[in-house]
Amino acid sequence: MTDLSSRDLMGDRKVVVDAFARRHRFKWYEAIPWLVAIACYFLFENYHALGAQIFATILFALSLDLLIGFAGIVTLGHAAFFGVGAYAAGVMAANGWQEPFSEILVAAIVASGVGFVSGLIVLRTAGLTLLMQTLVVAALLQELANKWSSVTGGSDGLLGMKIDPIFGAFRFDLFGDTAYVYCLGVLFIGWLLARNIVYSSFGRSLTGIRENANRMHAIGAPVDRRKIIIYTISAALAGVSGALIAQTTALVGLNTLALSKSGELIIMLVIGGIGRLYGGFIGVPLYMIAQDRFSQIDPIYWYFWIGLFMILVVVFARGGVLGVFERFNQRRRSR
Amino acid sequence: MSEFLSITISILFHGVAMAMVLYLISVGLSVTMGLMGFVNLAHGAFAMAGGYTLVILMKQHNLPFGVALVVAIAICVVLSLILERLLYRRLYGGDELDQVLMTMGLIFASVGAATYLFGPVSQSLEPPAMLRGQINFLGRDFPTYRSFLILCGALVVTALWLGLERTRFGAQIRASVDNLRMAQTLGINTSRLFTTAFALGSGLAALGGGLGADFLNVGPNYALEYLVYFLIVVAVGGLGSIRGPFVAALIVGVSDTAFKYLAPQYGAFFIYAITMAILLWRPRGLFGQSA
Amino acid sequence: MSAPALETKFLVKRFGALVVSNDINFTLERGARHALIGPNGAGKTSFVNLVTGVLTPSSGEICLAGETITDLSREQRVKRGLVRTFQISALFKRLTVLENVTLAIAEREGAANDLLRPAGHHRAIIEEAYDLLVPLGLANEALRPVTELAYGRQRMIEIAMALALKPKVLLLDEPAAGVPPRETGAIIDTIERLPADIAVLFIEHDMELVFRVAQRITVLVQGGVLVEGTPAQIADDPKVRQVYLGESKH
Repeated sequence: MTDLSSRDLMGDRKVVVDAFARRHRFKWYEAIPWLVAIACYFLFENYHALGAQIFATILFALSLDLLIGFAGIVTLGHAAFFGVGAYAAGVMAANGWQEPFSEILVAAIVASGVGFVSGLIVLRTAGLTLLMQTLVVAALLQELANKWSSVTGGSDGLLGMKIDPIFGAFRFDLFGDTAYVYCLGVLFIGWLLARNIVYSSFGRSLTGIRENANRMHAIGAPVDRRKIIIYTISAALAGVSGALIAQTTALVGLNTLALSKSGELIIMLVIGGIGRLYGGFIGVPLYMIAQDRFSQIDPIYWYFWIGLFMILVVVFARGGVLGVFERFNQRRRSR
Repeated sequence: MSEFLSITISILFHGVAMAMVLYLISVGLSVTMGLMGFVNLAHGAFAMAGGYTLVILMKQHNLPFGVALVVAIAICVVLSLILERLLYRRLYGGDELDQVLMTMGLIFASVGAATYLFGPVSQSLEPPAMLRGQINFLGRDFPTYRSFLILCGALVVTALWLGLERTRFGAQIRASVDNLRMAQTLGINTSRLFTTAFALGSGLAALGGGLGADFLNVGPNYALEYLVYFLIVVAVGGLGSIRGPFVAALIVGVSDTAFKYLAPQYGAFFIYAITMAILLWRPRGLFGQSA
Repeated sequence: MSAPALETKFLVKRFGALVVSNDINFTLERGARHALIGPNGAGKTSFVNLVTGVLTPSSGEICLAGETITDLSREQRVKRGLVRTFQISALFKRLTVLENVTLAIAEREGAANDLLRPAGHHRAIIEEAYDLLVPLGLANEALRPVTELAYGRQRMIEIAMALALKPKVLLLDEPAAGVPPRETGAIIDTIERLPADIAVLFIEHDMELVFRVAQRITVLVQGGVLVEGTPAQIADDPKVRQVYLGESKH
């Protein structure tokens, strides 16, 4: 974005329109995450299981970024959709339906249904009331999962899931080799979709809603409908992410619906940078790798330091890692 | 019939006691929300701090209950003033998202700090001897401590309401909640007002957290676990309202007690459903200012 | 075709005991240049909010080109050509000038419902937005974020966004508010050059602007219409002098 606003480009109609119309084109640096992911497959053979978790969580973060970062819908209950997706896939797998892709599809449908219905209710409000309602939706579902133990396993979690090999050929193994590739592939598709939405006219109008919802009303935008649409899509992606975690860990617990799950996700996204599409790609691995290392040494300190770090990011390093990088880049350019 | 009556009385009694705790903790959140538009998700951390300090002072330092309570509140007020100066102040009038993120960070820090300082197990409050056991009132036995809780809560709430109505400080708060810019042009030092209101709210939270330790277990996850209750009370009551949250706290306290007693198999399910229904009916809460 | 561009009949809005609009019967003719003036708190902005659907009237009727729009949503009114600007610039501040206008056109064309194609593929929209900026002198700043522009320039973007929606009725809420005196000239010029087929109603405190542009003036006092007439009639009206012009004379 910044390179478009340098002064020498201005004035000429074609140049200006081109600069604006070409923003969605792929830039070289967008290949970095995928190249790194492929390289890591060969470099860290013992960490494929962790890698799969990271990819699934990045997809979760990406879905949250669509809401918070692009549409400006601040939510504390995004885990609701993650959990619903995880339970949907888990319940199928525990009851004899073992084909992974159809499970993902069902998870997406169920989660988007929950997103649509709850969106109809909660998106009528804003601010603290919206935060509360999103939180209550998640808490309600968590209580449901807790009490409906004949289906969900209750507080013991859902056990006994079996997943077929992917395409009937690649079995989910203990080392996470298959899971690594599988989650990366699903993430890639989710990312393509999210990226497409962000750069579409619809996506731009979401940015408008985030920046000034009143003005969007005044230019005739159906603001509420747009919010519900993105809420539903985001819920579907979160549901897919939950399904991936369920399938690759063969375990679904009540914590998939917990506030701490939503909160941690927000932290990961903030560390990377909100509203930038790639915040999750940076924040999630940083958080999860650090947690993996750190919590082996001293799990008690973990929440304290991560909380402190988050406060420092908000107060001193707005925009997270990507924000700091952007500022650095701008300073270098303006010199 | 008499069984029905005694169940009803019992539910009302425990519900009102819980409502007192919820109100004491949440009212500060409503005021900071109304005054500064600040979404302070970490408000519960002050209640947790109050609870821990009270328990530790009594257990490890053998302070009497009353003294320990006062010291605990004082410590939390000082803590809140430090945090207000250091962190909150920077985000006044800022982006709602930044406020959410910063206070979310504070919550997680509080979880870590409490685990480190007091261990992962939740602490229980041992009331002093004179507050234990049962007390007879109109031919019925009531738990002494909870009776004390209701009485104490009622006193504080009355003092708070009278204070807000009768004192100069109260008038300034009400004026500023109503119209901040107008209050500023009238020469009210809103910056000092914010700080005072914040400290007062945190002190009340500490009181609620300390007294209410037998409803809301004082454990490291306190601020996270009970956040949903505090937010419900404030949002259902109506942002910025002083009395709204009291009504909301009564609704939550009594119905939560009722459902947990009458239909324990559904847990907290109904309380969440009721909350959603009320907000569907009145999106700005029961006593929220209408557009 | 004889119906006026905009008409309100016995429009009332109450907040409890407070009456902000009191039986307003107002007619905006096609192609009119009509000013709505009145002291602070007279209910001018409330009137705009009622007409555009931000507020719901307590009673009364609003007609656009003869059709009742009282129950339509804000969006539906915009789609029918009823467009407003804001008293305090309400732009997408962090977005570029071009993007602000593009958003409006994308809405008008329905492209903003397109979820899959990149915005850049709707090239005609971007070109139209750019062409709209040229006569307003904003083309050189097309790719700059709105915040970087002077306030007077931001007011021009307000007007550009409104024009992008191809309005039939344009409500300008204090188009020159907050603009330093040396920049108001450009805004007056812009308003004077608006296409003749657009009916323009503007609220304004700047009397120079009002008397230069308006063909008719309505004076609003305490939520009700005090008097309506040509600029000459208004200037000579003793009632108006008393409640309004007298107090605002510098």
